[in-house]
Order: sequence, then structure tokens, then C-alpha cells
Amino acid sequence: MGNPILEVENLVKSYGAVQAVRGVSFSVEEGEVFGLLGPNGAGKTSTVEILEGLRDLDSGRVSVCGLDPQRDSQALKHEIGAALQSTSLPDKLRVMEALRLFSSFYQRRRNPEELLKRFGLEEKRNAFYSQLSGGQKQRLALAMALVNDPKVLFFDEPTAGLDPQVRREIYDIIEELKREKKTIVMTTHYIEEAERLCDRVAIVDHGKVVALGTPRELKTRSGGSTRIEVRLAKPEPDGALRNLEGVADAREVDGAYVLHSHRPPQTIVAIVKHLEAQGNELVSLEIASPSLEDVFIEMTGRRLRD
Amino acid sequence: MRNFATLTRMRIQLTLRNKMFLFFTVLMPFAFFFLYAGVFAKGQPLVVKFFLGPVVALTVMGSFWGLSAALVMFREQGILRRFHVTPVTASDMLASSVVANYVLMFPTVLLEFVFARSIFHVTNFGNLLATFILISIGTVSFASLGLVVASVTNTMQETQVINQLLWLPLIFLSGATFPLAFLPKVVQKVSLFLPATYLVQGLGHAIFESAPIWDHNVLISLGSLVCWAILTFFLSAQLFRWEPEVKVRRSAKLLVLATAIPFLLLGLWENKFGTITAQAQSAFDSLNGPPKSAPPPDAPK
Repeated sequence: MGNPILEVENLVKSYGAVQAVRGVSFSVEEGEVFGLLGPNGAGKTSTVEILEGLRDLDSGRVSVCGLDPQRDSQALKHEIGAALQSTSLPDKLRVMEALRLFSSFYQRRRNPEELLKRFGLEEKRNAFYSQLSGGQKQRLALAMALVNDPKVLFFDEPTAGLDPQVRREIYDIIEELKREKKTIVMTTHYIEEAERLCDRVAIVDHGKVVALGTPRELKTRSGGSTRIEVRLAKPEPDGALRNLEGVADAREVDGAYVLHSHRPPQTIVAIVKHLEAQGNELVSLEIASPSLEDVFIEMTGRRLRD
Repeated sequence: MRNFATLTRMRIQLTLRNKMFLFFTVLMPFAFFFLYAGVFAKGQPLVVKFFLGPVVALTVMGSFWGLSAALVMFREQGILRRFHVTPVTASDMLASSVVANYVLMFPTVLLEFVFARSIFHVTNFGNLLATFILISIGTVSFASLGLVVASVTNTMQETQVINQLLWLPLIFLSGATFPLAFLPKVVQKVSLFLPATYLVQGLGHAIFESAPIWDHNVLISLGSLVCWAILTFFLSAQLFRWEPEVKVRRSAKLLVLATAIPFLLLGLWENKFGTITAQAQSAFDSLNGPPKSAPPPDAPK
């Protein structure tokens, strides 16, 4: 590993009696897209907001661009760009005005015109913020994060609440930033987002990092088991499928049975034989290599739901 | 400093695009103006001049409404949060609110003077310098009061309730609606504890009696309002919250009472040794049995 641009060591943060972050550690290299993946309330946003200098930490050590976000927050703010969760702009502020206003706060600036073009907001340059669609607002939020050409970008749930098509637009934008070798720290609770965009992912649950690595590493670490999803004509009694050959784990999810197998061919043969013996029928069968979702289930025993 | 300037410009632009602004900062003060000058003073130049101080004071004091509401709305909607990740500081944010308010309010006050002259033939506006300085300090100090209200309330409803609670005594007990001389003795004593009284009486004194800045009572008004503005601004910067979910501490609410201390002391002193009430009385008497049966506040238009 080279020189990390951002480091977090044993970060702890509580709100009253609630421990939101319970000893999180990770570091991010320059040019890397780093994802914090986890359900809502896992402590992702708290972690990111501490890194941005918006919140004080209780204990631990963090450094961003060599600065302490708590002590040097003013200097840090010139170096970072952020698209926060649950923020907005004044309704009657125009798109171009917003970009100009926010770029005026920094010494190092990017041309607002160029950002406008790049984020596909040229036609909306004179529109009021209140007149923008959800996707346009989010594109503006990302553009605004770039006004100072920051060294580190923070995107907190950049696609939350957007419909799938708009979400893909945002992915394209982030992928382009990734090609430009921007350092990005993002949080998400969408598996596909983390798999598609992040170089490395930390899976966060209940304020702790439960797994950390590249999406590929994480998937192989999950035992490399293959996911087999079957739909049956009649329900099977609990546990019947779990005892079949090669099956590590079986559970019913939304009317289908999801099995994890270390030896998929044998398992499939066993399923077919078992069903025949039971007088049951196979309606559909899907085989997939393990996803981060499976990793998450394995680490936490729960599904990561939207 | 540059952040402060660009923020001020934004605030002015946004306010001008807001229809509520037109109502509170332009229409309402003019409604007051014509009510006082046309109805209470029956258009007599001398009486219009007498009421000009209270009318201008009302316009100036109204600042705190819009300011507190705008700031709380910015916080509730997560707009302040977005500024928090930039190098903008709390003082930038607060000072830009105060200055933008001043710039927006000033034309209204100026128009009140223009109307007094062109429509009601008031030819002499007393001591202009003292008047100008009192208006400026008054605007800044009541704007800062708005900032304090914003910093100790968590929701818009709370803000509006507190604003109402402040507004009523400020306008009824200060001489802004009923002339001070017209109020019962007990109320006169109470009024000497209110910042609004010093603005209303100071302005009245400067406009109606041409009192210069170095006049004893004008100095008291200026000095107390300046102290108060500094105290309230400083406190609102200390209590400033960017995040909607960060609630104000109970102890902070108590701290706000501290801003009342200067006027508590001044009120005690004025009640014992002061001449403000006496002066208000003599100004009122000089109108020579002013508008027969002094104005009921809710006089029909």
C-alpha cells in the first residue's frame, strides 16, 4: 500500500446512550473509490460526517489529507467536496447561481460553466432549485461537490431515493470521476452500487466494520459458495433442503428457496432426486456466483434490504 | 470576508424573489405609515412628524420576524448543513443575514420619509445624522434579536410563537403604538426595561425635537442598543446550529436571558434618575392637545 490520503483508527461516536460508531478502522489510498456498505443506521453517515469535519468524534483518530478534521476543519474544508444526505438549497436559488456561489467560497476553483456542461445541467442553468427533478437535484449536488476541485470527495448515499434509470446516470458520473483518478469515499446500502463502483468496500453493521476488501476478495472470502435459487410447485418442510449434498445453508426467501453450495453440480442433482422422491416439482432454478449480498448475509445473518 | 459578501448578495437576491418579503418589509410598514399619518395625525404636518419616529421604529423593529424565520427555515430544510461543509463560518452566515436585512429595509424607511414630505408636507425631519444612526443601530440590533430567536428555537412553530410573544410588548409598551405619555404610569415604568422603548423614544427625540447625537437621551438610546446588538450577535454566534437535528440546550435558553441584563440595569437607572419619560411627556404636550382622543390602536381605516 502506498500513502493513504485518509485514515480512520478505532473511531467511536455515540449520541446519548446510542453507540453509532463502535471502533471503525480503515484507510483510503489516493485515487481509490472506497465504499461503506451497510444498512441504514449502521454508522456510515456518522463516520463520513466526522471525516468531513461536521461532527466531533468521541475517541479514535482520523486524518484526511494529513489534516485533523476536528482541529483543522477550516483548512480541511478547502480540500474536500461533499454531496451530503438530507440537504437542500434555497428554493429560489438558480442552478448557475448555486454553482457560482459555492465556488466563490474557495481559493482553488473549477470553472462552473464546465461543471454545468459535464453534469448535463446546461438547459437548467436558470431554473430555480425548486423546479428541478430529483435526479437533476442530485446531479447538481455532485457538481457542487466539485466546485473546488477537491482532493477527496464524499458521497453519502448518492443514489438513495432515485429511480433506477436516474441511478444509472449517477453511476456513469461516478465512473467518470473514477477514471479521472479522483479519491472518493461513498456510503451506500445498494449492493450493486458498491460492486459496480467501489475499488474496495468496507461492510459496516452496528457501528463496526465486519469485512473489508475488494468486492472480488470479499466474495471469495465468503467461502466461494454458489448461490442456487429454486422455486417449487409445493412448499418443502423446513430444513429438508439443508441436508442435501454440498449445501452449506438454505433458507426461504419470498417464496423461493435460496441455497448456498460448495459443490453446485452435486447439489443440483441432489435437489432433483429429492423432489422426485417427494413428488414435488421444480418450477425454476437459478444459479449465481456469490454476491456481496451473500457476504453480508453471511457476516451479519441478515439481508441487506433497500 | 469575501464569503460574507457573496452570502449577503445571495440573501438579498433570495429575499427579493420572496413574496412574503414584499408583504412584511414593504406593504405592512406602509400600511402602518398611512394609518398613523392619515388617520391618527389626520394629515397635520406637525402630528405626522410626531408619529414619524414610532412608525420608523416599527419598520426597523419588524426586522427580527423575517430574519429568524429565514434562518430557522434554512436550518430545518438542511440548507445550512450544505454550507457547513464549505469554508463558510457561522459569523459569515449571521453577519450576512444582518447586512442583507439592513440593505433591504433601508429603502422602505427612506420612502416613509419621502412620503411624509411629499404627501403630508413635513418639511423638517429634525436631526438627520442622529436619526440615521439610530435607524442603523436599531436595524442591526433588532436583526440580531431575530438571530437569537432562531438560535434558541428548534422549529418554525416555536419561532413564530416566540416572535409573537416578543412583538406584542415591543410595540404596545414602548410608545410605538400608543405614545408613551399616553400610557398609565405603571406601564411607563415597565417600558423603561424594554429595548424597543429606547429606539422609539430616541428616534422620536431626534426627529421631533431635532436632538443631536450628543444629546443625553439620544446617547443613552444609542449606547444601550449598541451594547445589546453586540451581546445578541455574539450569543447567536455561540449558539448557532447548522444541523436540523441538533437541539438547543436548555442552559442555552437561560443564557438568552442574559441579553436582557443591560436593559434591566438601564431600566432601574432610568426609573430612578432618567428623563426619558418626562421628555416624551413634554413632546406629547407640545402637540397642544394632540389628535383629539388619542388613537385607539385598532382604529378603523
